Amino acid sequence: MEEKNKEKTIKMLRLPRIGESAPAFEAETTLGTIRLEDFKGTWLILFSHPADFTPVCTTEFVAFAEIQEELQELGVELMGLSIDSGYAHIAWVRNIEEKFGVKISFPVIADLDRKVATLYGMIMPGESKTETSRCVFVIDPTGILRAMIYYPLTTGRNMQEILRLIKALQTSDEHKVATPANWQPGDPVIVPPPKTQDVAEERVREGYDCKDWYFCTKNL
Amino acid sequence: MACIEPDGFLTRCGELLLLAMWKPATPDEVARDVRVPLFRVRSAIREFVGAGLLEKRGEAYVLTAKGVQKMEG
Repeated sequence: MEEKNKEKTIKMLRLPRIGESAPAFEAETTLGTIRLEDFKGTWLILFSHPADFTPVCTTEFVAFAEIQEELQELGVELMGLSIDSGYAHIAWVRNIEEKFGVKISFPVIADLDRKVATLYGMIMPGESKTETSRCVFVIDPTGILRAMIYYPLTTGRNMQEILRLIKALQTSDEHKVATPANWQPGDPVIVPPPKTQDVAEERVREGYDCKDWYFCTKNL
Repeated sequence: MACIEPDGFLTRCGELLLLAMWKPATPDEVARDVRVPLFRVRSAIREFVGAGLLEKRGEAYVLTAKGVQKMEG
């Protein structure tokens, strides 16, 4: 009985991992009740912020809104989350529109019972037991978690990096390549290294730009 | 709820989406026709089915008699 309870506890506390299905949920948001499965067929950036009506979070919401159109053109939707009530969210997005002239049109989860925050490991007790840290989860159209970013309460996220990440993932999916450090669209991409000796020998003759058999790049 | 209030009042978003389902339509078709994100259409359809205004036929959704009455009222 003790072993079964231990196993159950471990299952409950298991955090999401890259390459696995993003944990399913249904949540109340500023745009009604939404389920994760509602996003099937599109990319989703699910992100958390510590609290409404706080300054760094406000700059982030404005910044996310500013890249929303570009994200949608890439087939990506946004959804925010904090452990605040729906009423607080509504009041805050109205305040952002009034004070900053920016309309927030993506849904924001009111996760008062911390159900989604717990599922996704958004709370870092060393920082705060009652607020989510600045987390970003990139979920692909099949519902697989593809990337995670965790930032502390003190530091606002970089939207250009989030955009770059999306473009890099989509490029990898489309062309079956990897992207090197600091990659920007238009830069050479990395050809996946060979897994067999035969392919390794052929690789340098395949017309790629190779430093060695395992390190080849190409232009798309 | 986003598209229909508990007392049955339809929001503007709700009216637009229900209108798009005057003839049978899939969520993808509605999202394309009304230019609303697909996730919002799926969420709204759940609300409308729950309120008895839509029913599923195959892959498409269609107004129920109650839904037609709502739109005509």
